[in-house]
Amino acid sequence: METFFDEKNKLLIFRMNEEIDDYKVQEIRRRADNEIQRYMPKRVIFDFDKVSFMDSAGIGLIIGRYKFANLIGGKVELANLTNSVRKIFDMSGILKLIPETEIEQYS
Amino acid sequence: MNKSFENEMKLEFVSKSSNESFARVTVAAFAAQLDPTVEELADIKTAVSEAVTNCIIHGYENKIGIVKIIAKLRKQELILEISDKGKGIEDIEMAKEPLYTTKPNLERSGMGFTIMESFMDSVEIESIVGLGTKIKMTKKIKSVEEENKEDFTMLTK
Repeated sequence: METFFDEKNKLLIFRMNEEIDDYKVQEIRRRADNEIQRYMPKRVIFDFDKVSFMDSAGIGLIIGRYKFANLIGGKVELANLTNSVRKIFDMSGILKLIPETEIEQYS
Repeated sequence: MNKSFENEMKLEFVSKSSNESFARVTVAAFAAQLDPTVEELADIKTAVSEAVTNCIIHGYENKIGIVKIIAKLRKQELILEISDKGKGIEDIEMAKEPLYTTKPNLERSGMGFTIMESFMDSVEIESIVGLGTKIKMTKKIKSVEEENKEDFTMLTK
């Protein structure tokens, strides 16, 4: 996972580049919460462009970060959902709660 | 036209979550003999990942045990049995309910069985409290037949 922070817009982006399962999610969760606490962002975007596999652990990950970001007044958004990732999120209904957004480049 | 395979494999590994990726990739490599589509393979990997995670987190509750996978290919069908000798499930109907989880503190979503049921053609759960749980799943691989049909149409054009 790579982290990008846009200070001006208080925008924190997590570029996920690993398989997201119960094993990998433990480290992702710890790092994401650290970064959210460190930067206190207004928006947190999870970018799934490079995710080749995700199971239901991804649902728990996003709901958990959604709650955590809410505590500090931030919002979570999702970007570049691949077909297989979307299939999992669709099933859980979290796309009704958490908006999708577009990001093109990293600065 | 109907290619049929008869094959079987058995895999046993220690219930560590670092083995989840190994388990799903191994089953997918075995199932690849049926020429599944990319989407079918992704479905199989996801279902295996859910079942194996259940064995590790719920069956053994992160203690050390053995997770066993038997995979069979019969004609165009993948038949999977994924089992543990862990604590078992008290209420199977409840466990199958979407969003129901006994471990919300671990950020489990409670979607495991729902995902297995929607990604596979059939899912059966056998469980005895104190003895363990066995999940049987099947999935028909449609692609070979469809591809053959397409090839045939191309030849006759």
